[in-house]
Amino acid sequence: MRWVALKTLRAVLTMWLVVTFVFFVLRLSGDPTYILLPDDIDEATRDFYRRLWGLDQPIFVQYWNYLGALLQGDFGISFRNNQDALQLVWERVPKTALLMGASLVVSLLIGLPLGILAALYRDTWIDRLTMSISVFGFSLPNFFLGILLILIFSLNLRVLPSSGSDTWAHLIMPTLALGTYYAAQFARYTRSSMIDVLSKPYMRTARSKGAGRLRRVNLHALPNAAIPVVTILGFRIGDMLGGAVVIETVFAWPGIGRLLTGAVAARDLAVVQCIMILLALTMVLANMITDLVYGWLDPRVRVGGKAGAR
Amino acid sequence: MSETTIPSRTTRLAWVKEMPLSVKLAAGFMAMMLFVMVFARVIQPYAFDYINLMSRMTPPLPLPGSSWAHPAGTDTLGRDLFSRLLVGAQTSMLLALLGTCLGAVLGIALGFLAAHKGRLWDEVIMGLVDFQAAMPWFIVALAVLAFLGNSMVIFIAIMALYGWETYARITRGLVISAREQGYALAVRGLGARPRWIYLRHILPNIAGPLLVQLTVNFPATILFETSLSFLGLGIRPPMTSLGQMLGEGRDYLINAWWLAVVPGLTIFFITLSMSILGDWLRARLDPSLEE
Amino acid sequence: MTALLDATGLVKTYTAKRAGVFRRAVQFNAVDGVDLHIKRGETLGIVGESGCGKSTLARLLLGLSPMDRGAVTIDGIALPKDDNRAWRALRKRVQLVYQDAAGALDPRMTVQSQVEEPLRIHGLPLVDAQQALAAVALVGALAERYPHELSGGQLQRVVIARALALAPEILVLDEPVSALDVSIQAQIVNLLMDLQRDRGLTYLFVSHDLSVVRHISNRVAVMYLGQIVEEAARNALFERPLHPYTRALMAAVPRPDPAHRRAVTISLGDPPNPANPPKGCRFHPRCALAQERCRREVPMLRDFGGRLAACHFVEAETI
Repeated sequence: MRWVALKTLRAVLTMWLVVTFVFFVLRLSGDPTYILLPDDIDEATRDFYRRLWGLDQPIFVQYWNYLGALLQGDFGISFRNNQDALQLVWERVPKTALLMGASLVVSLLIGLPLGILAALYRDTWIDRLTMSISVFGFSLPNFFLGILLILIFSLNLRVLPSSGSDTWAHLIMPTLALGTYYAAQFARYTRSSMIDVLSKPYMRTARSKGAGRLRRVNLHALPNAAIPVVTILGFRIGDMLGGAVVIETVFAWPGIGRLLTGAVAARDLAVVQCIMILLALTMVLANMITDLVYGWLDPRVRVGGKAGAR
Repeated sequence: MSETTIPSRTTRLAWVKEMPLSVKLAAGFMAMMLFVMVFARVIQPYAFDYINLMSRMTPPLPLPGSSWAHPAGTDTLGRDLFSRLLVGAQTSMLLALLGTCLGAVLGIALGFLAAHKGRLWDEVIMGLVDFQAAMPWFIVALAVLAFLGNSMVIFIAIMALYGWETYARITRGLVISAREQGYALAVRGLGARPRWIYLRHILPNIAGPLLVQLTVNFPATILFETSLSFLGLGIRPPMTSLGQMLGEGRDYLINAWWLAVVPGLTIFFITLSMSILGDWLRARLDPSLEE
Repeated sequence: MTALLDATGLVKTYTAKRAGVFRRAVQFNAVDGVDLHIKRGETLGIVGESGCGKSTLARLLLGLSPMDRGAVTIDGIALPKDDNRAWRALRKRVQLVYQDAAGALDPRMTVQSQVEEPLRIHGLPLVDAQQALAAVALVGALAERYPHELSGGQLQRVVIARALALAPEILVLDEPVSALDVSIQAQIVNLLMDLQRDRGLTYLFVSHDLSVVRHISNRVAVMYLGQIVEEAARNALFERPLHPYTRALMAAVPRPDPAHRRAVTISLGDPPNPANPPKGCRFHPRCALAQERCRREVPMLRDFGGRLAACHFVEAETI
């Protein structure tokens, strides 16, 4: 429990650092009234908005108020359409979650079997072929893969829609574009993890007890090989969020990423801050859960405490 | 870097000979890219931003309507795509190299500092590492570039901060274990200062894993830059980079698909080559991976 | 005659378990109040079982690990506590030779550059490296090799040459031959004795091997759980050991004659945990002579006509 408490404390500390960083860096850009309001308004109007937004107070008071507001779930108002920033972002969460979830499932469905296959047929042509495909897979930039997919399936074959999210068919290409990289990564990690596990003494024990090959792999090797793969999964959430932003832009997928690129272009401070903090929170939580799950799967980690799964 | 495995000159040559074909190709391509990085402006057949509306959207060579005057075709403004490709690759390579190296230097220095000073320094630096790892850095980059303006200095700083934490973590661990090695203690016993020991003994001995990390980090940094430029941040016209070209070409997929595909393929070949080189290097430097 | 190296009251404390919220730190003294005096040109042997603190003592004498109490002076100069300029300057006068020669050498440097390194560090002319290599008979192509291309005996000679390059007066030899084959051991010991004769070196020779110590030392100190329990001239010690522990150690040395061996070998058993030493005389749980007094009273190191021993039952008239 002490270990869980330490992890939680560290996560809270990291979140506080993130919030502070976001606040001060975005404030460095200068007086927000110049960013948010048209250039040609008079000083009186500017002052009015400064008072309205609390910008006339010292920066640390603003920071304090900002922290207080965040804790109450108040992320400010989007200046573009005067809506609550959090609500605006929240509406987009399902779409992004759908895209990321689908990509994750697809990448696991492709990556895990390939990795296991490569490990079982190690140093044969199957292994070499799978690993070559994998290197290609994670070298292909996701946005370029997206464009290739659009070129082939939307413009040439005309079988899939290139933008939007109305039907299930819309989901196919973004999922492939985002998931390919992770499928390739998972294949690699699964392979090396399986090879590692297969050479362990308990696998030989299982074999000497006369367990069949399928049984050995399913019952003994897979659960143990899964441990490092789970870890990678958790630590890759951050990358994936970044990838989702790009893919959503390529396919006009109306998720958080699309909202972000729009908000960034319009300099919608509250929405950008809200997205950054929520994404950081997602990552911190994902890392923490990964740590906890890893510690639960592999009790050796807990003893070291700090010597985590990095 | 690798004296432990290949001490004498004869074996060093054999090393090159036993490279698989894919590694040789990857090394060759990266050498070419490095050449382009240095000499792009010298070898470009046209100025990369020279507009010629008389020859817009010429397709690249094997296609009908192409010409030797523009081997890779031209874009919507009639600019020579080959020249733009050279300059774009130069920009992307330079930025990625700069970003990777700055990040490596920063991370390695902080890793050494954490290992050397210990206690509070160690805690603070490792706290920063956690913080950096918890930031959705691509999204931070997006926001910072949008709000702080698109200056080159900021862009490079963001790229340098991308990935430094991995170096710091690796370096710290390696230094702590290398420092306990007999030779580090022995050299201290000869009367050497810590800086001497770190620079002349520990750094060369941990260079292998760090080099492997460099080959992982470099393609990631290239993708980072090209993704940002693709979204219209980072490198913007009149400058160009591979990502910026791809982003621009995206609007003409229907009638000039090569505008996107040619720079896209170039990025792909760079990341592919680095991955192949990295895998090979890792297998070379870390015998525990092979049996 | 004054001593070249003087050590008084050396104490080194290690923390076995750090203090936590609910427990106090567990500390123990790996070296617990050791005095040593080594005269110029002599060899002092230090023997003891592994874990008795003899290697820690060697590192303290060089200042490689900081001592918690006590003082070391070398030719009248106090050894600085910190790693400062004066400390580094003293490296030129005292050098250490390690047990693990392979580990003490940088795997990425040639023999030549390893031996030149101390000269580079101190900004001295590099020609002395040639001399040092010649002194240990490592010449020609061998100097261009990397450590992994050399044998154990050759590696140890590289380490000795590197130590000699600075022309030190004192060499602290920490188990210099115990990792080597017996035939190589003799070579190295003879080399060390030749070097001592030619260069007037002073040795502190740390080993668990009584026969090697007997061969090379002028004087021998016996160490047990961080303390010196007996110290005497070589012949006096080996012919008439006073302390029960010394006697037990000698009895444990294997003899060439198997029949004889069985008769004299006394099983000492495992030494007690140094983190929790016995009260009174530290040797009493393993001592055949132990009485009630030994459990209560710590025996002091007493002088018996030029030799020292720490046992309640050694009397002047028994000598």
